Amino acid sequence: MYPELGQVALVIALALSLIQGVVPLIGAHRNDQPMMSIARPAAVAQFGFVGIAFAILAAAFINNDFSLQYVASNSNSQLPTLFRFAAVWGAHEGSMLLWTLILSAWTLAVVLRSGSLPLDIASRVIAVLGLLSVGTLTFILFTSNPFLRLQPSAADGADLNPLLQDPALVIHPPMLYVGYVGLSVAFAFAIAAMLSGNLDRQWARWTRPWTTAAWVFLTLGISLGSWWAYYELGWGGWWFWDPVENASFMPWLAATALFHSLAVTETRGLFKSWTLLLAIMAFSLSLLGTFLVRSGIIVSVHAFASDPTRGFFILAFLLLVIGIALALYAWRAPGLDSTAGFQPTSRETFLLLNNVLLVIAATLILVGTLYPLFIDALGLGKVSVGAPVFELVFITPMLPLVFLMGFGMHATWRTGNLDAVWRDYRWFLAGAVVLGIGLVWFVYGRPSILTMTGGVAATWIMLVSLREPLRALAGRVAMTRSAAGMHVAHFGVGVFTLGVTVVSAFGLEEDRAIRPGQALSVAGYEFTLNDLGTGQGANYQFLRGDVTVREDGHIIAELAPEKRRYLVQESMMTEAGIDARLSRDLFVAMGDPLGDEAWSVRVQYKPLVRLIWLGTIIMALGGLLAISDRRYRVRQKQEKPSKTDTLAKASH
Amino acid sequence: MTPKQQRMLSVGMLIVGLAVVSTLVITSIDSAGDFYHDIDVVLAGEYPQDRSFRVGGLVKEGSLDRVPGSLELTFVLTDTVNQLPVSYTGVLPDLFRDGQGIIATGTMAATGVFIADEILAKHDENYMAPEVAESLKKQGYEVPE
Repeated sequence: MYPELGQVALVIALALSLIQGVVPLIGAHRNDQPMMSIARPAAVAQFGFVGIAFAILAAAFINNDFSLQYVASNSNSQLPTLFRFAAVWGAHEGSMLLWTLILSAWTLAVVLRSGSLPLDIASRVIAVLGLLSVGTLTFILFTSNPFLRLQPSAADGADLNPLLQDPALVIHPPMLYVGYVGLSVAFAFAIAAMLSGNLDRQWARWTRPWTTAAWVFLTLGISLGSWWAYYELGWGGWWFWDPVENASFMPWLAATALFHSLAVTETRGLFKSWTLLLAIMAFSLSLLGTFLVRSGIIVSVHAFASDPTRGFFILAFLLLVIGIALALYAWRAPGLDSTAGFQPTSRETFLLLNNVLLVIAATLILVGTLYPLFIDALGLGKVSVGAPVFELVFITPMLPLVFLMGFGMHATWRTGNLDAVWRDYRWFLAGAVVLGIGLVWFVYGRPSILTMTGGVAATWIMLVSLREPLRALAGRVAMTRSAAGMHVAHFGVGVFTLGVTVVSAFGLEEDRAIRPGQALSVAGYEFTLNDLGTGQGANYQFLRGDVTVREDGHIIAELAPEKRRYLVQESMMTEAGIDARLSRDLFVAMGDPLGDEAWSVRVQYKPLVRLIWLGTIIMALGGLLAISDRRYRVRQKQEKPSKTDTLAKASH
Repeated sequence: MTPKQQRMLSVGMLIVGLAVVSTLVITSIDSAGDFYHDIDVVLAGEYPQDRSFRVGGLVKEGSLDRVPGSLELTFVLTDTVNQLPVSYTGVLPDLFRDGQGIIATGTMAATGVFIADEILAKHDENYMAPEVAESLKKQGYEVPE
């Protein structure tokens, strides 16, 4: 296989994306059918050629073609095949190619699912996505070409960073990118609406499932990253407020605000200009995240290499995208909003509060992430902003959000029925107070005020999310899948909140010294290091501890924490031994030899830590359930343009 | 309330909220964020007295000294010219080794020893935190790219 063909494929894809980006826009402007019709075939072909380039690079990795510089720097012949494939996106160039591939895959999905859309809207959406592809393909070809040859070629590769040699790395980055990049679809719909000057409830109905789909992937992607950091970085934290984690969390918050705002726009035809702004913001934050990570401007696990050219290119692209989008917004938004009102206790108000709080939370993280760069640029010092700062301020918008959620999800549209909601749910709130504080106190011991609040918030949202679905299951009320999805996702928020609350308050973590034959006791569990053994893995040697865990004298788990030495890069890795149960994790990680056969170990007791990831999975399931609602599927097939017009009129 | 008033109220709420939150973040960074200081600056006594800060450099060859069988240890952090003794109790990161660029977070003791609560070594042996690289360059040391 000739890797140069990959480069040729990228050049052809660039040409196609130019056609896809420019011709349909002109066509839509002139109402020229043939020009608009170019959008779909161009997008399909563009996807094909980016796919070919990606396949060629993947083949080079799997076949150990070390004549490619990128392969030689990030793979090795001893690397297991699965990791050789994942190594494609193990560093900068391949990550960007994956980004582009996913962008064209989303475009392809839009092409396939937009049959019922008016041609001018579909072609504008596809064209905007095409212009974004122009940007990323240009970036790859001019600053980050993965197909560069090495002269002479290397005998073997420098290997993939051992930290990344993990099954979760095979799925975490693609999952996260599918989410990140998926927000480009909502962005493209927003731009298309502003170009046409026509934004109705039907528009929101088209945009909503795409946004939710991207959000589902983003949720799972972030969660996978958190889980991976928990066991692979070896030290048992699940969120570090690392700038790159923040970079993925900001678009998540914006996307969450966006699909709540879209709900108002779809149902009531309100919040139109705000929805547009959120769509622009969510995708801009995705791009900002890419800029922060790829420019190497921040120090992070994820910052592969700093290259000023790349940073400048992405920054210019970012400013161009945001600049054009906001200029369009300033031009079009003022005429959009309807004059319909709503009562202060209606669901609209609660969704407005949801949006305000989520945007505040996103801003808070943005300021915390960018402020250190800002004061460094002014020469005022280098400050690191970590968990103490973020944890302190992040709760401020989040706790009210969780409490209000329980009322908002049962409030009616337009008029509001807070009296009725209060009548129906005050006992739930009382129950949440009793259960939230009582259970936590009973199981784990005396909680602090903050822990009590967290326990009540979590119980409250779980209880109120159960009532309607249970009534629906009993056949007493009808429930759409969209509504069911909301209840499920909100229940997930409660599960997540409970996990965070309990593990933060009652988790234990102790560094100790231990010799073979010795035992130590943490949180009522007795950990005995029976023996230390050595062995050989695929491309590493390991030293493995044989640890028995006893509770009240009974053996409850055998753990095998490892210290690995990866042979190619001669680097040490810690593989924790974890006994995972829903109620708690027991976690042992080997530190370093202390002399006299003694080792340092970190032993942890993490109650309910699994609920953190379980909660996010439930949220994602809720999102999936919402997308599968009939109204999105049926309309896709049956909607006639005449109906669209009626809806459009009805909303004005 | 008319829709227009409603909108004004929402925008007002958002702006006030954003202003409050930004102030909150910036003040808490100023009070709880860990600032970075070069070794020579720390040795000259110009470091925050009653709060933790970060200091970075290379682990001096052969300087790691453990109390046998315990988690207490000391080592010397150097910017190739100046040297700062550091003490730490706990598990060291995997990439901690002689000559490795690291960042320690902690406070200065009256004895002139830096008491570290946290030691950071980056996850790639070829990678050096920009702060540390700059500290070394200041002393005329060529940092390999």
